[in-house]
Amino acid sequence: MIRYLLAFLVAMSTPDRAPAQEAVTRIGAGATQVLLRSTTDIGILRPVIERFADLNPDLAITYEQWGSNTLFERSRDDCRGSGTQADAILSSAVQQMVWLVNAACAHPHRSTATLALPAIRRWRDELWGITIEPAVIAYNRTLLQGDDIPRSRFALLDAMRTRPRFFRNRIATYDIAESGLGYLFAHSDSLEATTFGALLEGFSRVDAVATCCSAEIIAGVAEGRYVIAYNVLGSYVLNSGSAEVGLIMPEDYTLLLSRAYMIPRGAAAKAEAIRLLEFLLTPEARTLLSRAGLFFEFEVGETGLSGSALRFIPLSPTLLVARDANRRNLLLDFWNDTFQRNVSP
Amino acid sequence: MTDPPMMQSLTARVFGTVFAILVLGGVLVAVSIFWNGRQAARQSYDRILFGAASDIAESIRIQQGKPLVDLPVSAFELLAQAPEDRIYYAILDPGRDPITSVDARQTIEPPPRSAEPARFFDAELDGEPARFVQVTRRFTERDFSGAVDVIVGQTLRARQAMTTELMLNALLPMAAAGILLMAIAAFVVRSALRPLDALVSDLTGRDPYDLTPMPTDKLPRELQVMLSAMNRFMARLDGQIEAMRNLISDTAHQLRTPVAAIQVHAESATAEKDEAARHRALDRLLLRTSSLGKLLDQLLSRALVVHRTDSVARTPVDLREVALEVMDRDDSLALAPDKELRLVIGEKPVIVLADAFSLQEAARNLLGNALKYGKPPVSIGAGQENGKAVLWVHDCGTGPADDVIARLGDRFNRSTGSRENSTGIGLSIVSSVAAAFAGRVTITQDETGFRAALVFPSSQAHS
Repeated sequence: MIRYLLAFLVAMSTPDRAPAQEAVTRIGAGATQVLLRSTTDIGILRPVIERFADLNPDLAITYEQWGSNTLFERSRDDCRGSGTQADAILSSAVQQMVWLVNAACAHPHRSTATLALPAIRRWRDELWGITIEPAVIAYNRTLLQGDDIPRSRFALLDAMRTRPRFFRNRIATYDIAESGLGYLFAHSDSLEATTFGALLEGFSRVDAVATCCSAEIIAGVAEGRYVIAYNVLGSYVLNSGSAEVGLIMPEDYTLLLSRAYMIPRGAAAKAEAIRLLEFLLTPEARTLLSRAGLFFEFEVGETGLSGSALRFIPLSPTLLVARDANRRNLLLDFWNDTFQRNVSP
Repeated sequence: MTDPPMMQSLTARVFGTVFAILVLGGVLVAVSIFWNGRQAARQSYDRILFGAASDIAESIRIQQGKPLVDLPVSAFELLAQAPEDRIYYAILDPGRDPITSVDARQTIEPPPRSAEPARFFDAELDGEPARFVQVTRRFTERDFSGAVDVIVGQTLRARQAMTTELMLNALLPMAAAGILLMAIAAFVVRSALRPLDALVSDLTGRDPYDLTPMPTDKLPRELQVMLSAMNRFMARLDGQIEAMRNLISDTAHQLRTPVAAIQVHAESATAEKDEAARHRALDRLLLRTSSLGKLLDQLLSRALVVHRTDSVARTPVDLREVALEVMDRDDSLALAPDKELRLVIGEKPVIVLADAFSLQEAARNLLGNALKYGKPPVSIGAGQENGKAVLWVHDCGTGPADDVIARLGDRFNRSTGSRENSTGIGLSIVSSVAAAFAGRVTITQDETGFRAALVFPSSQAHS
């Protein structure tokens, strides 16, 4: 009896976790249900998904938008055998995706399209990098002009040192405790130890704001609440549509991220998830992604960046270090020592 | 021809054996290559595991009485040398509780601690076989002491890929070499067996009545042995057939006249009215019949001698015994009871490798002739002369006419063939026996008389 009661409670508790997802969108009216969980704003990805739905009228795609950490926890629990599994996961917090693959949670797939991907955008034929997006510095075009625009981290450090009053409380970056993507960028920066320490020190001096969510940060920059947003995804800047927001790809080094696509081992509609993957790798989808700012076609010279300044965050087991609890605590401690936890108004 | 294993050609058998040897060798080498490849892959990736674990162990530091791990990226870059493999790591405190690990919910049970710096073990990682290493670092600090274990593991894809690659790299050239060896073997086998093929086609095309020897030159030694054995056999067969043919024609030739004469005598005896004349005719018939009997005896004896010289094994024979035996035979005495007969033999045995019966027949013929035609005293003897074994018969007469001596070697004497008491057959027996045992007949005529002798190479074995 008690067992049944427990089962009932468990069943009841599952829908309770639903609010973890931020938004649900249904695209397509086919018979076969496909559940895609993503950290990407549907507004950005919609043209791509709609095109896929057009090409596959037999599918009904449910697009769930999640925060990266909640998505990871949900996927990990799903992998361990509780709850409804997604048919595909697309996340920008690739270290979490690497962890899931490393925990044998993924379903492998090989095709000419996946094998054509470079090694840094593919791991074990279970994880694929779909997009290419730079981590950029966004700035307010009105507040910063001409030589004041910091083209590199060194320039940003100098600016913070020379104009601390101007920047006080007006530099924003992701709260790495909340945002998996922010944590990944911070981790990647920390591997470039010299500037990272100095940067955190500088942020501390000007009381930089660590906050949540790309959209809010960009909006803040557009409004002039923030002068600079450090380490935000270029795609969000491009999609903000605001003429006020400028974009800097730091010349010392620019991190490049590839959103990772994974098919959970327990997915119900694996074949459909594979169809979506194959579509995402087609030239057509690439054009759509590029239009959405999700596929950064970098050409050396055009951006003023030398080839060596582009640092790809590779889909490789080295990202497990970013997921290590001990290491994470060390980084978070270091981070928290620096930032006052400001909650945006 | 119905037995399938016998149908298999020599080529197929040799080739099959060579193939089997190559395949067996190939399998053995392949197994050894696989084993070596696996060892090499295991060693190189074990080193990577150990390097990563040591790297992590080095990064442990004690902070506020607790071990703290600042996981080094370099360790994972090392592990990413096996780019397709899943990774496990765990750092355990002295109480074996995890300080940190890849997944707090997952534990791989390590083997017990030991003095060795690195302990490798195999276990499953999420249902996939994996290899692990445990490295222990011991701390003796003011606020912390004890052993901290670092366990690092990796699935086996890279090892398997390396094993496969090493194996293919070694096996493909070997397979090519194997095919080349097969081709060479095929060529060698065919060229080695070509003389046999030639022999086979020669034999197949041969007339079954053709008993001439087959050519043995330009053949391998092994085949020459076989072929000369066959040639010897064919020569013997040829000799037998020839002897048989001779016997038949001789017998026919020798018997025709006496049998015709007997018929004439018998008819005249039947036709004769006069008692006395009939009696005479019957006497003549009797004489003819007994002489025919002797002739038959001689013919058969010659046939027997010819047969024996060809088919009976040679044994050591003492010529003195032959002489003695012949002299003791009643028939020689009966032939000429009035003539004096002497035996001249020495102390030492005179041994030849021959057939005793044939020698006796030859000696009996010589003695018979001497007794019949020669002048007494007649002597028979045996002894060593100039290193040769000699069996001789001597009489004091002048011997037969020169033309008879000249034709001594003939099969039989045609000029005397019509006479049933002919010595021709007898002499031909003598010369046949001499030839059969590698000897010869010598004739000596001087003031003491006539001597006919059989001279053989002396056998030292029993002398």
